[in-house]
Amino acid sequence: MTVEGDSGAKIRPYTVNFGPQHPAAHGVLRLVLEMDGEVVERADPHIGLLHRGTEKLIEYKTYLQAVPYFDRLDYMAPMCQEHAYALAVEKLLGVTVPLRGQYIRVLYAEITRILNHLLNVTTFALDVGATTPSLWAFEQRELLFEFYERASGARMHCAYFRPGGVAQDLPAGLADDIWAWTEQFPKFMEELAGLLDENRIFKQRTVDIGVVNRDDALAWGFTGPMLRASGVPWDLRKAQPYDVYDKVDFDVPTGTTGDCFARYLVRMEEMRQSIRIMRQCLTDMPKVGPVKSTDHKVSPPPRAEMKRSMEALIHHFKLYTEGYHVPAGETYSAVESVKGEFAVYLVSDGTNKPYRCHIRSPGYVHLQALELMSKGHMLADVVSIIGATDIVFGEIDR
Amino acid sequence: MGFWDGYVWPLILIVLSVLAIVVPIILLVAYLTYAERKVMGAMQLRQGPMVVGPFGLLQPIADGVKLMAKETIIPSGANRVVFIVAPMLTFFLALVAWAVIPFDDGWVLANINVGILYLFAISSLGVYGIVMAGWASNSRYAFLGGLRSAAQMVSYEVSMGFIIISVLLCVGSLNLSDIVRAQQDLWFCIPLFPMFVIFFVSTVAETNRLPFDLPEGESEIAGGFMVEYSAMTYALFFLGEYANMILMSGMTTVLFLGGWLSPFAFPPFTWIPGVIWFALKVAACLFVFIWIRATFPRYRYDQLMRLGWKVFLPASLFWIVLTAGALIAFDWLPK
Repeated sequence: MTVEGDSGAKIRPYTVNFGPQHPAAHGVLRLVLEMDGEVVERADPHIGLLHRGTEKLIEYKTYLQAVPYFDRLDYMAPMCQEHAYALAVEKLLGVTVPLRGQYIRVLYAEITRILNHLLNVTTFALDVGATTPSLWAFEQRELLFEFYERASGARMHCAYFRPGGVAQDLPAGLADDIWAWTEQFPKFMEELAGLLDENRIFKQRTVDIGVVNRDDALAWGFTGPMLRASGVPWDLRKAQPYDVYDKVDFDVPTGTTGDCFARYLVRMEEMRQSIRIMRQCLTDMPKVGPVKSTDHKVSPPPRAEMKRSMEALIHHFKLYTEGYHVPAGETYSAVESVKGEFAVYLVSDGTNKPYRCHIRSPGYVHLQALELMSKGHMLADVVSIIGATDIVFGEIDR
Repeated sequence: MGFWDGYVWPLILIVLSVLAIVVPIILLVAYLTYAERKVMGAMQLRQGPMVVGPFGLLQPIADGVKLMAKETIIPSGANRVVFIVAPMLTFFLALVAWAVIPFDDGWVLANINVGILYLFAISSLGVYGIVMAGWASNSRYAFLGGLRSAAQMVSYEVSMGFIIISVLLCVGSLNLSDIVRAQQDLWFCIPLFPMFVIFFVSTVAETNRLPFDLPEGESEIAGGFMVEYSAMTYALFFLGEYANMILMSGMTTVLFLGGWLSPFAFPPFTWIPGVIWFALKVAACLFVFIWIRATFPRYRYDQLMRLGWKVFLPASLFWIVLTAGALIAFDWLPK
């Protein structure tokens, strides 16, 4: 965009290459900014620097082997993505998950939501310049990662939600520890909110920044906290409940202004709601019972069974070599992931490997509206907007 | 008067007294970084440096050695001379200002009668180092940082000037030692409290500290004017920034907190030497600097300008009129 000056001289806008190596680029975002002084005239996000060909790789893996790829998409919300994939495969297979398994999945999906929102809210504050919240949140996140580890054996890339249920039951005592954690967490939230909610500078930096109105948010395909901050009470957990979300009671917070501050507030409130869901899961969950499908054509038989039953041994062998065959068909299964609607479009041709697995990631959709949100704002606002948009490149470049 | 008595001995004496000020200040700067990391660590639920030496006490020295041992990289598109001179200028200016600061009654290197003007002039020159660095780096981020600092420092210096004038009205002298002596009965931070607050906030802006660290703007322009600097050239900026912090705390102490005077004019407080009181007051100011850094987010460029021109400037102007009016009306003018 070249402008003709008064004297006939051509004035080029000041172009800044924001990222991919930039502290506020949240990964490998390359943003080409055309600026007039400090005011952004054009923001052009470039993607592809973290592309790993996940969708294609999944076509060459059995249905079970594909699970870990979902951890590595949005690495801030691994279990929510496994959830979408597990639901898609279960739908094609026609398998139902035992109730305890469903409760565990919802419990862990909400832990994941808190993990992500804690990181996002506090790194957003860090982008705006407040250093302390992120370090406070890391302590809480560490405790949650421990719960991840105790259930699945891994802190981030858990591969815990599998088609048919979850990989293994919760170890003894974990439920009590999670309960104890939910009791101290609201106090932490109060402290965190005390540092940011009424902070004048934080408000000056976020209120009325990156405003997206209701219609634009819908037109650009926003989902999740981004959409709810613009005032649309759309939450897949309420709109089309999966697992036991219809059995738990929670509210869907919405904002009215659609700016960065509203997004922050929505995420803070979602964490409080997640605590409510977690507590209901812990009290309502059947105390004993299977956590994965008892159909051993899909989920592996217990190890003890394999020592006695020939059939169980064969099932085990077939599951871990060939995998299971999924009836031909296609499905679009969406979950309310932490950042919005995360969905898997799965096409099966009746073999043991997916024919096609398309992944719908919310971050990709939100990133394309970056220009809409940041036009006319200053350079520092772009940083706030990126922070509030909650961009993780793992899911944008799949 | 012979050659020795007239020139050599005075020169040696001056050099020694300069060293007596500069060496402790450089050491203080090193340990200010340590204190900052420890204090911020405590505020952020972590320990800060713990590995090098007992309680990490040798960490600043290790950092210094590391920075000295590294290679100084000069970008190919940079203006080499200006690029090298800029950090030296910043560091130099942060040190020379100490010449007029009275540490105790009579403990001052140059007791000039326009001390406050000298201090003001030197601290205003500090912006040149940053602007030169921003321009000479030939980097877009650095250039933005340089532009920001030029605008920022100018806007805060104006209100700082007015605040100093209101202090001077109460003292009737430009000499820093006289300013301290005038606070014998009452520190200026009490009658001029709003000025004290505005002055302190302006010093935070003047030293490019959070929430006013726009020229650096870590999460926006990735280090700003320092983005291309490495090793010792970077260390000089860093030392300059921290030396400036101490200097500005010293200035606040002299102008508003009664310099070397003890808070209570009776024993046992008067037994403690003035230099200790001075150091304690400076340390308290520095703690607030660090505390602010751990608490607040960063202002945006236009908000910072708005605060400077639309809030601080009218407020300080109003207080000058008020102070002058009160001094005349009640006949409190210094004799």
